[in-house]
Amino acid sequence: MSRSVPLTVLAGGIALLAGLAIQIISADAVWSPSYGLAAALLAGSYLLAIVWRHGAAAAFLLLATVHLAAIPLIGHIGHGEGEMGPAYWALLISGWLAAWTSVTRLTAAARAVPPSAKQAINLLIPFVFGVWLILIWEAVTRGAGVPQVLLPAPSAVWAKLIASLPILWADFVQTFMKAVIAGYVLGCGIGFGTAILVDRSPFLKRGLMPVGNMVSALPIIGVAPIMVMWFGFDWQSKAAVVVIMTFFPMLVNTLEGLSASSAMQRDLMRTYAASYSQTLLKLRLVEALPFIFNALKINSTLALIGAIVSEFFGTPIVGMGFRISTEVGRMNVDMVWAEIAVAALAGSAFYGSLVLIERTLTFWHPSNR
Amino acid sequence: MTDIQATDAASGAGGTAEDDAFRVIEARELCLTFETNDGPVHALSNVDLTVDRGEFVSFIGPSGCGKTTLLRVIADLEKATAGTISVNGMSPEEARRKRAYGYVFQAAALYPWRTIAGNVALPLEIMGLDKAERAERIARNLELVNLSGFERKFPWQLSGGMQQRASIARALAVEPDLLLMDEPFGALDEIVRDHLNEQLNQLWDRTNKTVIFVTHSIPEAVFLSTKIVVMSPRPGRVHDVIDCNLPRERTLDIRETPEFLEIAHRVRDGLRAGHAYDDE
Amino acid sequence: MTMNDVLKSKTFAVGTVVLVLIAIWYFSAVMLNAPFQRELDERAKLSPTTGQFIEATLNQKRPVLPAPHQVAVEIWNTTVEKRITSKRSLVYHGGITLSSTMLGFVMGTVLGVTLAAAIIHVESLERSLMPWIITSQTIPILAIAPMVIVVLNAVGISGLIPKALISTYLSFFPVTVGVVKGLRSPDPMQLDLMRTYSASSFQTFWKLRWPSSIPFLFTSMKIAIAASLVGAIVGELPTGAVAGLGARLLAGSYYGQTVQIWSALLSAAFLAAMLVTIVGFADKAVRRRMGIMQ
Ligand SMILES: Nc1ncnc2c1ncn2[C@@H]1O[C@H](COP(=O)(O)OP(=O)(O)O)[C@@H](O)[C@H]1O
Ligand SMILES: [Mg+2]
Repeated sequence: MSRSVPLTVLAGGIALLAGLAIQIISADAVWSPSYGLAAALLAGSYLLAIVWRHGAAAAFLLLATVHLAAIPLIGHIGHGEGEMGPAYWALLISGWLAAWTSVTRLTAAARAVPPSAKQAINLLIPFVFGVWLILIWEAVTRGAGVPQVLLPAPSAVWAKLIASLPILWADFVQTFMKAVIAGYVLGCGIGFGTAILVDRSPFLKRGLMPVGNMVSALPIIGVAPIMVMWFGFDWQSKAAVVVIMTFFPMLVNTLEGLSASSAMQRDLMRTYAASYSQTLLKLRLVEALPFIFNALKINSTLALIGAIVSEFFGTPIVGMGFRISTEVGRMNVDMVWAEIAVAALAGSAFYGSLVLIERTLTFWHPSNR
Repeated sequence: MTDIQATDAASGAGGTAEDDAFRVIEARELCLTFETNDGPVHALSNVDLTVDRGEFVSFIGPSGCGKTTLLRVIADLEKATAGTISVNGMSPEEARRKRAYGYVFQAAALYPWRTIAGNVALPLEIMGLDKAERAERIARNLELVNLSGFERKFPWQLSGGMQQRASIARALAVEPDLLLMDEPFGALDEIVRDHLNEQLNQLWDRTNKTVIFVTHSIPEAVFLSTKIVVMSPRPGRVHDVIDCNLPRERTLDIRETPEFLEIAHRVRDGLRAGHAYDDE
Repeated sequence: MTMNDVLKSKTFAVGTVVLVLIAIWYFSAVMLNAPFQRELDERAKLSPTTGQFIEATLNQKRPVLPAPHQVAVEIWNTTVEKRITSKRSLVYHGGITLSSTMLGFVMGTVLGVTLAAAIIHVESLERSLMPWIITSQTIPILAIAPMVIVVLNAVGISGLIPKALISTYLSFFPVTVGVVKGLRSPDPMQLDLMRTYSASSFQTFWKLRWPSSIPFLFTSMKIAIAASLVGAIVGELPTGAVAGLGARLLAGSYYGQTVQIWSALLSAAFLAAMLVTIVGFADKAVRRRMGIMQ
């Protein structure tokens, strides 16, 4: 582990020197001051990485210089998109290796800091990774002049997103606010209610559990064309697909959760001569909460998928799935990516808020203490 | 299968033994057989038992001899397959519906989502007591088990011994005359256990409750009880009933006295004899 | 087996539930198809008896909801009665979907396991990558399916590979997350034991971590193969409906061929059930060999 750090530094240093050498040797290469700046900052980073190896302060300083170096590098693309020379690529690789070194250093530093700082570092590390992913995506697509239809640069997607906010919002309202929410609430609600009813009959429970488990693994999304025929092109048919997709995970998880309480806990309620509803409310439903939230979380993703994919089978001229399929057809890939960014944001926000609610409601569960 | 009848001479409550008004448990020829895949398990076989008001009765025996099963039959958590049993002159089911007893399990079995006070409140909510009454009982019973000041803590923030004390407070909060305890201190270390034994003895002495207590520790049984029921396994049955006429108020020092050691010796002999049976 | 055992058995309970579901299906078919049948009868100036009427609702050409036997007949006609190479054979379409499902599943599992092994050995990789892998499970990845297909088509890659890529993508996430969990599942005492032997991290991996992760691997593989099939089906939607179960669904929905849609849907369900069951059997077999069958 400790040896791998000098290795990345070594490789990064070599890449840096190679880049400069190529730049100086090749006669037709355009020199630009931003190259010089990036190269100087990277050289500084590597020097820093070699002389000051340990501690959070060193890691943070390294992180800062590495990111500073990225700015002139990206800025240089403006000098000729798709015509970047070998020096550019050498510097890019060197920059990435320097960033990786800083992440490794941060990881090591995180072991020796107080818990609150550790949490911050643990958030920072994936953030840095995400930033570099986008940086490299940008640098590669624009630097190499990758055709827009194949993979648009993040900056192009961002520009498209900003320019098409009204359309994206209308699509979001149609797909998320109408189809997803309505279908999700209905599907989860009916699944939950059915589970409470079925739970009273051991026979039904024995019969439904395997069926429900099996159905949860089926490609239910295939009912979309049928629902479109039955409920029309508008959001109601998408909501219907979502209802069917979310019903079974909720049914199965709630049933499982209702039997999660230990025999001792149920005996305790019996010694109090507690009624069925008292045992249900005070014990079994609370013990079932982690299972119910599990279903709610699975369903949040399923609901979005269901609503978007059903729109591939026919919609009015609005909706996230509709937009994706038509813009793909027109080869407006940047718009597709913008729509996907919205879907990703909506999906993770939906999921994230469920996690927050779950944490507050099941604070007592061993996994949350 | 010689069953030695549980005699009830000289109970600690000091009432006449034959008086039915003082009879808390009356079991005759109690049998319970579990049907398992490996054939029937005779957990209880022809068990006779009487317990009078104010007694402290311990069930002792090797594991698997039916102690828990017998306690669960009394609590109507298990139904006997043969024989008769009455609790406070009623069937166990009626007694349970009247909330005649408090039950303490081997583990504390506290709800992790409720505070200590909330856990003690649980049976009271189920019984439908009003808020003021609940608050009063919670305070009183937590005081009784020395847990005042921990009302707002969650169970998982407390040590094992404190959790078990909270579960005893929860059982006491029902204010039952009868307390059923299944190896309540089994999972605790010896030092905590001694301490809780003393506290339990004082509690029993002060409140004059009837206690039925399952254990497999001889000193614990002798220290706490007025009567020790020695059980033996396969089939589960009562092997001997030993009276334990130590003074009601006891301190741990009593464990060094000749009287104490004498009773402990008899219990140990009984246990050994019960086992010898097994080897034949 | 006594009568009582039969009544209490799981098979009986499941069978009853399935029978009830079929009964509900028939009932719904009658109810949903009745309005159109009434219209037909009125136009033809017929006044059928109830029995005739119900029979007619269950045998329409393009019913709102086809009856189970209609779907069964259609499946029979398009599997057993057709040559496998025929474009109208469900076996042909199912085979196409199955091949991209399997290819995607295998690639996804290999990728997932490799990534998981890398993640548990390189701490900074775990810290930087794992949060993103977990987050990406919360987003509707399937939405990129049409884009992958069309974009790859534009650069000349078509057929099996693009669909398999979508399946790979969908199946590698659960495998990575599950296997990382599994490789981390040995408790500290077991790991300390390996340390007392001064085992190399390679030895620790093969002798402790990998065997401990097998149950987790199979659990995620069941999820992965189901996801893989969904990916393959959705991947077949935007190709202009050429072949595969997804294409059958889409073609059926264009021409209002409800019986065709339902038979494609049921075949897909059957395929999924089979695949999950096979993974389940493999799971059991491996566990038995490893002696961790409970
Ligand atoms: N629910 C049950 N099903 C089958 N056998 C049981 C059950 N409960 C207890 N037993 C069996 O009955 C016997 C007595 O058990 P128990 O009363 O728990 O013993 P003890 O509490 O004295 O250790 C044991 O052999 C045990 O295995
Ligand atoms: Mg026991």
